[in-house]
This record gives sequence, structure tokens and C-alpha cells, in this order.
Amino acid sequence: MTDSANSSNDTPSTRPMMEVTVFRGDDSAGSYQRFDVPREDNQTILDVVTWIQRHADPSLTYRFACRVGMCGSCAMMVNGKPRWTCRTHVKRVLIGNRIEIAPLRNLPVIKDLATDMTEFFEKWDRAEGKFHPTLTRNDDIVPVNPESAERQAASAGIECINCGVCYAACDTVEKNPAYLGPAALNRAWTLINDERDGGREVRLKAVSGDGGCHNCHSQQGCLSYCPNELNPTLSIAGLKRTTAVAALKGEI
Amino acid sequence: MLGAKLYLAQRLTALLMAPFVVIHLAVMIYAVRGGLDAAEILGRTQGSLWWGSFYGLFVVAVSIHAAIGLRVIVFEYLKLSGVALEALMWFVGVVLLLLGMRAVFAVVG
Repeated sequence: MTDSANSSNDTPSTRPMMEVTVFRGDDSAGSYQRFDVPREDNQTILDVVTWIQRHADPSLTYRFACRVGMCGSCAMMVNGKPRWTCRTHVKRVLIGNRIEIAPLRNLPVIKDLATDMTEFFEKWDRAEGKFHPTLTRNDDIVPVNPESAERQAASAGIECINCGVCYAACDTVEKNPAYLGPAALNRAWTLINDERDGGREVRLKAVSGDGGCHNCHSQQGCLSYCPNELNPTLSIAGLKRTTAVAALKGEI
Repeated sequence: MLGAKLYLAQRLTALLMAPFVVIHLAVMIYAVRGGLDAAEILGRTQGSLWWGSFYGLFVVAVSIHAAIGLRVIVFEYLKLSGVALEALMWFVGVVLLLLGMRAVFAVVG
């Protein structure tokens, strides 16, 4: 948000203001700092932190890229709930005249509102969230039936953009740091259902370990907060079912 | 912390316990409402292979199910892990099994 983009014609002294408390610090020490930020008719939480950095404290650290809900880099805790800040309008989340903004839960804080996503992405790898090709570029493209049950299951979870909102919403991640988390397991489930993929056995083993899908308590925090309206709980239930059958057959 | 095998063991024992609880409660209510006293109930259960198997299997299922469930709770809330967590799970399971079997023998033996 630039100054010229402000829709309000009020002078700074008469503009309506809101009270914004922002986490400042890192994992070793931190506290909330209050800022008085001008309210606009159309204003997102990302606009608010940008205003603070440009007009109140240039040392405020946060992360964003696309600003339109595609890149998944601007997620933060807004009034205690994980959200994409670029797609969260202030008027939808204002409590009284206050907003509290904090870094994503369940992740180490680098500084202020920027979290270290390394572990989140490493868990994606640990869940075998990568495609295992069965063909080479020299083979013909095998047609995939979009109506098949497997493809429908894969497509239902495919739109994840790795924003980390589900990971921050998950109480199991909070209690069990080894738990792979909803995003990584959802990704594994989409690949289990991808008929072109050849990594089924190794993936089923990967999601059946100490931090695997069986640790999920089905509390559905991921489902409640996923901005893309995906259902990782359903994907994890699918993994539980598939791994249980595989375990009974002695495959894993 | 909870792998596929423990998960499966807990779910399978839950599948067993669900009908067992219903049968246990239904028979208990039926027997009491029918006017049977403790001695008359014991007269019917003692020496019964059927009731011995029923409650014996029930106790085994409860021991496995509860030990795994407590393992999860203790890990998540008390942060116990590794050998200590394994030992606690087995201890709880074995104690429940011994206490349960003692009760089964008292009723059936």
C-alpha cells in the first residue's frame, strides 16, 4: 500500500486509527509492540504490516511475495489464527479496534513476523512428497483418466501452495515436533493416488514412521484454516487406511 | 511415536471392544432386572468357557488399547519418550492384563 493508494481523503490527524500489536523479536526473546495504524476502507493485514514498516518502524521484518494468494509466503497469526495476510481484510478480523499479528505458530521465528520454514519443507521431503517417475522423456505420454477415483482423490488435494497455515493450525504438530504435518501428508496422499508415480511402497513406509500419519488426532484444524479449502484431514485418513491395509498384508 | 503397527493394534482392539461393551452392559442390565443376585450370576459364569473367553479377550483388548492410548497422551503432554515411554506402555499393558485376568478368574474360575 502506497500513500498515493490511500482511498481516504482525511488528513493524518483526523483519519480513523486502529491499534495493532505486532510480535517483535525471535525465538530467544520477544514481546508485542503497539502501533497506531490508519484504517482504510479496503485494507489487508499485509497492507497493515507494510504501512508499519514504511511509516513507523523500517526494522519490522516480514515475508511476502505475490500479494494475491498464490505464493503462500505471507502467512501469519492474525488474532491468534493462521491466515494469508494478503487475502485477509482488516474489516473481517478487527476485534473492537484492535488486531494482533504474530509469526506463524509451530515454526522457529527468525525475526519478528518471519519464520524459518526449513523444517516444514524438510518434512515434505521426509514424507516422500516428491514424484517418483516411472517413465522417461522418450516414452509416450500415458493418458490419465480425470474421472478415475484415484485421480479425483489426488486432484482434491493438489492445490496446496505450501503456505504453512495448516501446519500452524495443527495441535499435533505443537505436541509432537516430529509429526510430518498436514501439508506434507496431504502431498503424500496426492502422490499415492497418482497412477504415474512409482514410489508407493517407499512413501507408505515414510508416512508410517514415528512422525507419520497415524499420529493425527483428526482434530481438523488444518481443514478449518486452509485458505484453499483443502481437506488434509481427509487425505491423512486415506493414508491411515492405505497404510493399515499395507501393514496387514506385510507390505510395510 | 505412533507407527502403523501400534495404530492398527489400537484400532483393531477398539473394533473388538465396541460390541463387547454393548454385550456386557446388555447382559448385566438383563441379569439384574431379571432379579438375579451375585451368587446366582457367579453360578452361571463359573466354569463357563464362553464367559471366560468373552471377558478374557475383553481384558486383552482393553490392556492393549489403553496402553497405546496412554502412550500417546504421556508423550504429548508429559514429553516422555524413548525407552522410558516404551517401558511405561508395556508396564501399563501388563498391569492392566494382570488385574483384568485376576478379575476374570474370580468370576469364571
